[in-house]
Amino acid sequence: MLRKKYFTIISLLLVAALVLAGCGGAEKQDAASDVIKIGVYEPLTGTNAAGGEMTVEGIKLANQLFPEVNGKKVELVVVDNKSEKQEAANAVERLVSKDKVNVIIGSYGSSLSMAGGPIAMDAGIPVIGCSPTNPAVTLGNDYYFRVCFIDPFQGTVMANYAVEKLGAKTAAIVQDVQQDYSVGLNNYFEKAFKQQTGNENAIVAKVNYNTGDKDFSSQLTTIKAKNPDVIFAPGNFLECGILVEKARELGITCPILGGDTWEAEEFLSRVKNTTGVYFSTHFDSTQPVTEMSKKFMDEYKKAYPEKQVNAFGALGFDAYILALDAIQKAGSADPKAIRDALANVKDFQGATGIITLDTNGDATKTAIIKKVADGKFAYEGKVDPK
Amino acid sequence: MTLEVFLQNLANGISLGSLYALIAIGYTMVYGILRLINFAHADLLMVAAYVSFYGIMVFALPWWLSFLIAIVFTALLGVSIEKIAYRPLRSAPRISVLISAIGVSFLLENLGIVAIGARPKSFPRPEEMVWNIKIGDVSFLSLTVIIPVVTMVLLVAVTYMVNKTKTGTAMRAVSRDFETASLMAIDVNKVVSTTFVVGSSLAAVGGIMWSLQYPQIDPLMGVFPGLKCFIAAVMGGIGSIPGAMLGGFILGMGEVFLVAFMPELSGYRDAFAFVILIFILLFKPTGILGENVVEKV
Repeated sequence: MLRKKYFTIISLLLVAALVLAGCGGAEKQDAASDVIKIGVYEPLTGTNAAGGEMTVEGIKLANQLFPEVNGKKVELVVVDNKSEKQEAANAVERLVSKDKVNVIIGSYGSSLSMAGGPIAMDAGIPVIGCSPTNPAVTLGNDYYFRVCFIDPFQGTVMANYAVEKLGAKTAAIVQDVQQDYSVGLNNYFEKAFKQQTGNENAIVAKVNYNTGDKDFSSQLTTIKAKNPDVIFAPGNFLECGILVEKARELGITCPILGGDTWEAEEFLSRVKNTTGVYFSTHFDSTQPVTEMSKKFMDEYKKAYPEKQVNAFGALGFDAYILALDAIQKAGSADPKAIRDALANVKDFQGATGIITLDTNGDATKTAIIKKVADGKFAYEGKVDPK
Repeated sequence: MTLEVFLQNLANGISLGSLYALIAIGYTMVYGILRLINFAHADLLMVAAYVSFYGIMVFALPWWLSFLIAIVFTALLGVSIEKIAYRPLRSAPRISVLISAIGVSFLLENLGIVAIGARPKSFPRPEEMVWNIKIGDVSFLSLTVIIPVVTMVLLVAVTYMVNKTKTGTAMRAVSRDFETASLMAIDVNKVVSTTFVVGSSLAAVGGIMWSLQYPQIDPLMGVFPGLKCFIAAVMGGIGSIPGAMLGGFILGMGEVFLVAFMPELSGYRDAFAFVILIFILLFKPTGILGENVVEKV
């Protein structure tokens, strides 16, 4: 008897829940036509959390400044992809099937973007990447675009810098074998470095590690024994912070070079007492390139007074305003129309520079080189694309 | 390999191995007495790291006081976890307690993410404790000496406690036969609590040492050392305290020298840990120093 009673109560509750859920759904449907939804998938937890957070700050700032397009309100749907490939795929799946977004922004990290890309393409939703620099992100995906330069360029820039400015003849490579970003960038660096030095054996050592590793002592000991002129070690700012610090502790004094991921407080806090640390990045606050750069910097300082203006915030900002521009040019919120508008972006004035998207959907832009000096990131020079 | 490189790698191996050993002792001790793999052990490391971090950075306490508070706090937390999550399940099948332990581990990690945020924090290194030592071409941190010493001292202390004190005798009795021990006027609950006090303090010391060695802390920082040290404990023979020490050293040295001899395989060092584990379990299922425990039916 008692069991029957429970059963009735539970059934009644379930029916009530269904009815309520149904109502909620219907309400949302009505409201959906008045807003344009921009989905954002970024790592807000896990190893890339800081990068994702900086990017989202830039996106939210842009949303506050430009909350409307075509007379409709823009709504941001931010999903955490937890710095994991599987979660990144889930996040995009959620954005396209549950939230029904018109366009997606993200993600920090090439591997994460490559995990999300195919799902967005199948759903026919365009994506604007902020900082994934691996060429494979947009290759063969007509729906993926990005506002940053790509690794063949970045790797070449760093190799040229090592040879021309630092006078390096030999180099050692440390790579994170789990990150497409790290492996890809290393390959382009290696190619360009061998070409520049004219020496096939210019790379004296190549060692690997995995995302999340904290002990690099034996890898660095191997490198130290080879005594290279420079070390190239692009990877997550977390692992690399410990790696660079450890290299100095082990008595390795040569310059250490990296890529755009190093521009994070977490990295700086580890390496601020060391010298000879150089990396390429997208943006520098002392070198505003466009009117939008100045606007971004002023607003960023107002919105986040305790934080440093950074490249990832600027790239997030650019991805958002580029999305808005495309929606405006398309004259509708139809994902296909937005995609076509994005495919034709030319000389767009972004905060990080002037953006023209090539046939792959990649931006060709100037790279900035920064170094660590007096406990801060300092502007070192810039390299224009050829 | 030149002598310098070998010595440098030896220093690296000692530093990593003793850190693994230190954490593995905590696992093995709780297992030895309660037959429970305390998965929350790894997350107690994280709690200790954060308590010391906040002690130094926010409350500006001297580092030794912060470390002391962290150890006491973690010990209390360990005892409370046992009271809340393990004790009610004592007569349940062993698998329930194991799952409860995994649950506690996830709870602590996610509470950490919610309360502190996922962004890693830079752990302060007290200058009195961490400095660079350079002998010829070999250079290493003072921690390479401090951690093995701390590990040895704690190993001796724990072994002494288990084998020579009254509490230790009670612990061994409880580990042999729970029911009978309670019939012999042993306060089983008190013995279990003491075990958790000791085990959690070991986790706390391990967490502090880990954070000094790799000074970046985040709520999930315990997962990686937790897994590795669990492997070390199983390798050495889970339940055996010298075994945990040995397992930790084998694992640390093995990883370092794998990378040293075959740098191109350095991405596979985690796989390597599992491969040695599998081999040891194949040839000696109880681990290197483990003994066959015959369970009474």
